[in-house]
Amino acid sequence: MAEKTTTPSKKPTFLFINKESEPLFSKKNRVLLTDPLDDNNPITVQVLGICSALAITVQLKPAVVMSLSVVAVMGASNVIISLLRNLIPNRIRIIVQLVVVASMVILVDQILRAYAYDVSKQLSIFIGLIITNCIVMGRLEAFALGNGVWKSFLDGIGNAAGYGFILIVVAFFRELFGSGKLFGFQVIPDIIYDMGYENNGLMLLSPMALITVGVFIWIQRARNRKLIEKN
Amino acid sequence: MNRDSNGYTFLFAASMVLVVASTLAFTASSLKSLQEENVRKEKMQNILSTIGIQTDRDQAESIYKNHITGTLALDHLGNNDETVDAFQLKLNSEIKKPVKEQRFPLYKAVVDNVSYYIIPLRGSGLWDAIWGYIALKSDINTIKGAVFDHKAETAGLGAEITQKWFMDRFKDEKVFNSSGQLVGINVSKTNNDPKDIDKNDHEVDAISGATITGDGVTDMIIERLTHYLPYFEKEKTTIASLN
Repeated sequence: MAEKTTTPSKKPTFLFINKESEPLFSKKNRVLLTDPLDDNNPITVQVLGICSALAITVQLKPAVVMSLSVVAVMGASNVIISLLRNLIPNRIRIIVQLVVVASMVILVDQILRAYAYDVSKQLSIFIGLIITNCIVMGRLEAFALGNGVWKSFLDGIGNAAGYGFILIVVAFFRELFGSGKLFGFQVIPDIIYDMGYENNGLMLLSPMALITVGVFIWIQRARNRKLIEKN
Repeated sequence: MNRDSNGYTFLFAASMVLVVASTLAFTASSLKSLQEENVRKEKMQNILSTIGIQTDRDQAESIYKNHITGTLALDHLGNNDETVDAFQLKLNSEIKKPVKEQRFPLYKAVVDNVSYYIIPLRGSGLWDAIWGYIALKSDINTIKGAVFDHKAETAGLGAEITQKWFMDRFKDEKVFNSSGQLVGINVSKTNNDPKDIDKNDHEVDAISGATITGDGVTDMIIERLTHYLPYFEKEKTTIASLN
């Protein structure tokens, strides 16, 4: 065994209370939370999780519930994997991650079925498909396995929020222009329809989600010069 | 302890499975009653919507009790089997039995002094089961309303059978032809009546891209209704004798 004398920087970490560490919301920790919202957004920058972004953004309500579910799943599974990170045998770590994510997803699914039955029917298979959402596994493998519990929690929440943010923006435009409604309530007044306006049925189809995400990426890059690749 | 040894890996995997399994089993069993309650009330909602009553889930039970006057579990000869609770009958297991052992649930409803017969349906779509309810008016011929649901039909295509515009097409269609033969409703791709104005053609317009699901709906309606023919005959005689 190598010498493991307790140097000040190697104090034992109990849960997320790290004795000599930084404050809970230090600048570094805040970046974990805010970075995925813009500079490192899982959808628009890393282009992960596109599949579900297309599928459930026809209306705002399922998009919001899906975002919350992903926040819950990612926060919880990041915390669990981070807690276990020194116990997980390296050779089966992917399996362990899958099991953790899958059980979190089943928990969310069961709870929705008991307390939000209509929404769970609407989301049906997409809740199950959170398991295959690359963002979740990606963050477990890339972050939670190597970082402390609190940081992993922030990272999970941040990335899920980044994903959810795009979902909600896309759903907002698709529901508004596709059916003239928001959260199921009509917002475009009848008088405009009388004047000859029609809902754009194309917005309800998946390709328009891709185009909306594309437009979002365009705007984001025009604003945020850091994202532009240098050849 | 060596984290890469086989023994440790097995030990870890085994304890992980134990913990996960017991957590999930505990959650599933503690939420089960709430979930079943949701399913039960949704069934009431579906039954009510075929006779034109839209309600939210919380009120479904009381409205259901007000309007559903009888639930029958019929045998293949059209007699009511009083030992069976028709509401609890599960069509998915019932449908696999031989016809003579099956019980066919039927709901009788009264709305504004008009009586309706509501028949549960179950059949196969493209990927998995489809089911629904169909309500006949007191002439036991004209459809008052229909509602469909599915387990895993393709979103945007077969899954559209649950949309109101599709279910509304069945309203006022007739299931018996003019010579009194049961023909059901054909979900038709070669319909010359895409707006479903002709209510005597026993056809509704199909959904593009959902041929197999549509055929499933056609088959399900005729297959299920056939089993109720003996009961319909009796009921028609009773109604005739009353007049």
